[in-house]
Amino acid sequence: MKLNGWGNFPIVDSKLTSLSSFLKELSKKSDEKTETREQAKAIPRGMGRSYGDSSLSDTVVSTLQHNCILDFDSNNGVVTVESGVVLSELLEIIIPKGWFMPATPGTRYVTIGGMVASDVHGKNHHCDGSFGRHIKQLTLLTGDGEKLLCSSTDNSELFYATIGGMGLTGIILEITFSLLAIDTAYIRQESIRVKNIHEAMEVFEASEDWTYSVAWIDCIAKGDSLGRSIIMRGEHAATSELDIQQSKKPLQLTPKKKRSVPFNFPSFALNPISIKLFNNLYYRKVPAGTTKEIIDYNTFFYPLDALLNWNRIYGKAGFVQYQFVLPKETSKEVMPEILKHIADAGSGSFLAVLKLFGKEDKGLLSFPREGYTLALDFPATSATFTLLNKLDEIVHQAEGRIYLTKDSRLQARWMKSGYEHLSTFQKVRQQNDKNNLFRSLQSDRLQITSNNE
Amino acid sequence: MSPSSLLILGATSDVGRAIAHEYAKNGFDIILTGRHLEEMEKSAKDLEIRHGIKAQALYFDALDSASHQAFYDSLDNKPTGVVSVIGLLGDQEKGFDDFNHAEQIITTNYTALVSILNIIANDFKARKSGFMIGVSSVAGERGRQSNFLYGSAKAGFTAYLSGLRNEMFKHNVHVLTVNPGFINTSMTEGMDLPKALTLQPEDVAKDIYNAQQKERNICYTGWYWRWIMLIIRTIPETIFKRLGL
Repeated sequence: MKLNGWGNFPIVDSKLTSLSSFLKELSKKSDEKTETREQAKAIPRGMGRSYGDSSLSDTVVSTLQHNCILDFDSNNGVVTVESGVVLSELLEIIIPKGWFMPATPGTRYVTIGGMVASDVHGKNHHCDGSFGRHIKQLTLLTGDGEKLLCSSTDNSELFYATIGGMGLTGIILEITFSLLAIDTAYIRQESIRVKNIHEAMEVFEASEDWTYSVAWIDCIAKGDSLGRSIIMRGEHAATSELDIQQSKKPLQLTPKKKRSVPFNFPSFALNPISIKLFNNLYYRKVPAGTTKEIIDYNTFFYPLDALLNWNRIYGKAGFVQYQFVLPKETSKEVMPEILKHIADAGSGSFLAVLKLFGKEDKGLLSFPREGYTLALDFPATSATFTLLNKLDEIVHQAEGRIYLTKDSRLQARWMKSGYEHLSTFQKVRQQNDKNNLFRSLQSDRLQITSNNE
Repeated sequence: MSPSSLLILGATSDVGRAIAHEYAKNGFDIILTGRHLEEMEKSAKDLEIRHGIKAQALYFDALDSASHQAFYDSLDNKPTGVVSVIGLLGDQEKGFDDFNHAEQIITTNYTALVSILNIIANDFKARKSGFMIGVSSVAGERGRQSNFLYGSAKAGFTAYLSGLRNEMFKHNVHVLTVNPGFINTSMTEGMDLPKALTLQPEDVAKDIYNAQQKERNICYTGWYWRWIMLIIRTIPETIFKRLGL
């Protein structure tokens, strides 16, 4: 059947199978003891929220039926789940008991297994690191058919290869991780409007003791306004900060109606004028200076989830997300340069996001490292690919790296330079997947898997 | 008064799992039964965490009818309702050549269920309360060349449920026959099913819960199946035998 990632690009023919059927097939094959090298490749997939071809392969193994919550210690804040549990479902269980995720991506519609494979980061990365930092242990089914318990002490190499490992080390079966204690389901937010990228960086660096910080950045504005932004920083609100209505049930929200984009927008809907208009309106929505408010966690963490299928606004041709990180030392100089390229191209996106990452964690292919990261989306056009090829080079020269979860078009040569632990990763993977079973279109394209024969 | 509870026969099937969640969501305690104990124990834990009810997993082998009475006697708290989701589609061609396989299909879909449901029905009768749900199939309404071993067993089961309903009515026990159409499950994985006529297990579970609560007698999951099957049943046999269904 036709499958694609969240960006609707690329779309390929794959065989979609459930995890249980896949396991049955796998055990049949090992019974036969055929020594012939299996040509077909497989990759696990959860909600399919990676943007490009990370979860595409010949055989795609859906974990969505593998979704039991196995343990929830509500006194100490530790959960064990099967990999197909969806974050939105888990939140509904842990929040009423006073717990939240230690790191969360910008959407609730991901599986916990996917969160491990992408080693997702949130707005608190500078304080709390990526999701992998909070994982106590995982169970992994390797390409060699072994079920291994992995943690920082058991099979630790495989543990750190699997965190951020894009499903290439095998299928994550179970995950145990610790949660964050909260008093309320609300966030005390400050929004600060700043005139350009330099001011934005100053505010980021002055906000390091805030738990959460992120900026929406206008990628169209040029000149003195290059990189004008709205920086949002937040803390979990205490009950005393809520209004009377909210404080009656501080851990519960009244359900909101979800909206959906009902069809693919025609290609002319997104054009330089509409994008410029949107960016202008968005920037002016927040008054100059600092605005303070109490908002619920969904509005703060998952604003785009309020619009289901928002990926349809890019039409049938789909779109690409581009996210990179630059070392802190090169950011000041190079980030404005990149923004200038994007603004000059004029094809910039509705929602571009800037954030300052904290210290790097141990995942061998994990994306976050200390420095500034920018994420933005573009329609999948040839002009976009030309622009992004140019940006790849700049990112490479500045010793940055590209986020695999968002990628659908990077060239293999930039992979090696961005991820210095790549060869270690390949070695660990090879030791546990002698038939080279777990591969994605992306991992072959980037020669993460295809060149280690 | 102890809370309502549902005994699920065949709990590891996709529909069985979905029914467990639907009833748990509505406050029922759940007894999961089947042969895959480890898997069911995980499901039981999941049901308890998600829905705040009590759930347990018990080994039950439908094909071992000699064990059925002891199994039911071993339940500390007898359920207020039972649903059978046990079924085996099997391989029509294989079963046509090999009676062992044919017998397996017939036993799993029909005679094994008669054994356990008779035992439960007698208990419900004595207690003068309870509900019984049998998940049969539209395939039981008319034998077709593609799956008539499965279909004939389901036909037997459907007739059994109809008679059971008649028998149990005077004892204040309600019997619901469920005729699902196409469902997107591991049983049908890889089949090329018409998308518009194919339901998710969760939708089926919701239909079943609603039908049981309203004490309906026969429920087609996917309302249109009632009409599709009406048409299929009315085709004259002289024509039907020539069709490639």
